[in-house]
Amino acid sequence: MTDLSHLDLETPDKTFLDANELVINMGPQHPATHGVLRVILRLDGEKVLGLECVIGYLHRGVEKIGENRTYTMFNPYVDRMDYVAAVSNGLGYCEAVEKLLNVEAPPRAQYVRVILTELNRIASHQLWLGTHALDIGAITPLFYTFRDREEILKIFEKYCGARLTTHAFRIGGLQYETYNGFEQEVKNFLAFFKPKIDEYEELLTTNRIWVERTKGVGVISKEDCIALGVTGPVLRASGVKWDLRKAQPYANYKNFDFDIPTGQNGDTYDRYLVRMVEMRQSVRIIEQAIGGIPEGPIIAKVPKVMKPPVGEIYHSIEAPKGELGYFIVSDGSTQPYRVRVRPPSFVNLQALDVMCRGQLVADVIAVIGTLDIVLGEVDR
Amino acid sequence: MNAILQYIESYLSSDKTPGAAGNLFWMLVYILLVFVGLSVSVIAMNWLERKILAHMQVRLGPMRVGPHGLLQPFADALKLLLKEDIMPAEADAVIFWCAPFMVVLAAFIVFIVVPFGPTHAVTDMNIGILFMLGVSSLSVLGIVMAGWASNSHYPLIGALRSGAQMVSYEVAMGLAVVSAILMTSLNPSGTGTLSMIGIVQAQQAQHTWFVFKFFPLGLIAFFIFAVAMVAETNRAPFDLAEAESELTAGFHTEYSGFRWSLFFLAEYSAMIAVSSIAVTLWLGGWLRPFPNMLSGATWDQIFSLAPGAAFLFLAAMCFFNVLRMPKLPYFRIQTIGLAGFGVVLGLIGLVLLLPPVRVRIQDIFWFSAKVAAFMYLYIWYRGTFPRYRFDQLMRMGWKVLLPMGLGVVLLTAGVALALPNL
Repeated sequence: MTDLSHLDLETPDKTFLDANELVINMGPQHPATHGVLRVILRLDGEKVLGLECVIGYLHRGVEKIGENRTYTMFNPYVDRMDYVAAVSNGLGYCEAVEKLLNVEAPPRAQYVRVILTELNRIASHQLWLGTHALDIGAITPLFYTFRDREEILKIFEKYCGARLTTHAFRIGGLQYETYNGFEQEVKNFLAFFKPKIDEYEELLTTNRIWVERTKGVGVISKEDCIALGVTGPVLRASGVKWDLRKAQPYANYKNFDFDIPTGQNGDTYDRYLVRMVEMRQSVRIIEQAIGGIPEGPIIAKVPKVMKPPVGEIYHSIEAPKGELGYFIVSDGSTQPYRVRVRPPSFVNLQALDVMCRGQLVADVIAVIGTLDIVLGEVDR
Repeated sequence: MNAILQYIESYLSSDKTPGAAGNLFWMLVYILLVFVGLSVSVIAMNWLERKILAHMQVRLGPMRVGPHGLLQPFADALKLLLKEDIMPAEADAVIFWCAPFMVVLAAFIVFIVVPFGPTHAVTDMNIGILFMLGVSSLSVLGIVMAGWASNSHYPLIGALRSGAQMVSYEVAMGLAVVSAILMTSLNPSGTGTLSMIGIVQAQQAQHTWFVFKFFPLGLIAFFIFAVAMVAETNRAPFDLAEAESELTAGFHTEYSGFRWSLFFLAEYSAMIAVSSIAVTLWLGGWLRPFPNMLSGATWDQIFSLAPGAAFLFLAAMCFFNVLRMPKLPYFRIQTIGLAGFGVVLGLIGLVLLLPPVRVRIQDIFWFSAKVAAFMYLYIWYRGTFPRYRFDQLMRMGWKVLLPMGLGVVLLTAGVALALPNL
């Protein structure tokens, strides 16, 4: 029995029907909590008085594992955190260790990294769109987005043999050279995908029910976002122009020209629009990158046995869900002394209570969807 | 033998429903026919919904059990009957038992007044439409009972939502119905009718379907009804009561096996029932389309070929798909099955083309075709729309549809008084 005393409940009555407040346990087995999130809702009728997230059902101790693996061995583990954006996770980790080792990936590797990461951003947003729409009751967009996401996964599979947990990058660059026809396939995908975004928008953007269900729902202010450490599209939809790709460029994002979409209202509809524009911007970045992949080596000179100098590093990148940071402490041995991950989903999930208070049960589902959480990353 | 044939013949040429003629035996036969027909349509709907929805969503739907998944509904039914019947320990046993039957009864009883043709109804009540609305709204009682008796949070919220929703939409629905009934009074004697058969006959006498009457008043009333009926049957985009992403399965979360299948049966029968009301009141019931433009005996003959032609078309589709089947040993039995199904459909089509049959079947055909169009709409809605939120749904019911309904009733009454010959 979970201790609910901190929720400040009234004395429970004999039957719940006589109680003024209804406490509902949403999850961990629930179709709309995106995995094993458990939300304890306090309801007055349909109105949410407050809620509490219970997490940890998918805890695997990823950070602890990191202390017991060499730097190279830990690389595949990070793919399993945000498993819908594994490439971004890999990029963040590899770059953090590279910073610690003081090496830099060669330009060719940088370009391929950007292309794959942006493809992964599109794939992650597609999955978000499909499931978010499904939660709100539109079942069809899910199948459209999955159909198109398949094309991205095919490219990943051809490149590195895996579709989801790609392990695409190595510390210092890439393991694999791009396959024959990689550029053409990516170009084909972009040509195929551009009209598909319009198709998604046609189904939802001006759909009256969609607008009614999302406008003014789960509003969070700029100040609250910053106070809670919320990042990513959620922050940008509240009107803060903060994107690590521009703010502290990593990889070679400073070479590319793209816009950062922002919203004004910080509601679910704005977050939807921001992510839709982000997909278009990702297409723009890939278009610029795919034409200019330089020739050259794909991996920098890194020692076989990695022993980074004693020190610590915090490196963060803009993952599809927000700021994904790695804090790594090296004691000079082959294994990190401490690995700490700052996952965007985990931090963004804090905002759920703020966003849901005073809303209805149906909005809780919409807000969980719009936060775009992945429980693998929340629980690690 | 001859006596039996004469008996059948005497009924078939009768111009009364079995109920009106007081013929108990024929009433029982009709009840049986309606029951079997309804069950078959629910099974067909199950398959069609999954297939149509699947094709809207770039997937194939059931393909494994039988050719193109044709036997899937039977496999599902079998599975449901064999499943363990679970009752929660804390449930209120008696109410938990009764609820599904309540829902099914409400959904099935209404069909005794549904007019499939001028004589093709179990009985013709002079308060037919009131009876239909009254009995079909009893199903909300069953749903509330189910939610209450489960003694669990999600079903309770689902049941409360469903109760509130059905009660609010009933009002708008009733007003739309009133405006259609007002239109039936536009005859020399000036008396309207509540009888389902009478309403269709009034449309026949006025040479127009009520959806086109007093344009656009009939259309608006029809629209109000069309929205309210989706809400009334708890289907997307108003499927809040069983919103699977919010309340898992709403009021039937705790039900399993056979009792769950009763809810399923009731949901689809209720959809057919409200569609029948819409067809009867606004779309001319069993009357064939274009009676004014394409009138005369020749056109009557041509239109009477439609039922046979429809079945032959379905048979042709089957054979077309037989040709497209992969020529592999694994698919041989499926190909034969599909061809057999095509032959059966073709034979039915040929029988329906026989002159004595086609004259008697066309009323039923046109009625069913119109209801089927509504069923397709239901599936289409489900593939297209997100779900409304509870407060938005109530707002639409009380603040949009209800005033619209009131306005339509007043305007219809006014126009009917001022311009009775329009």
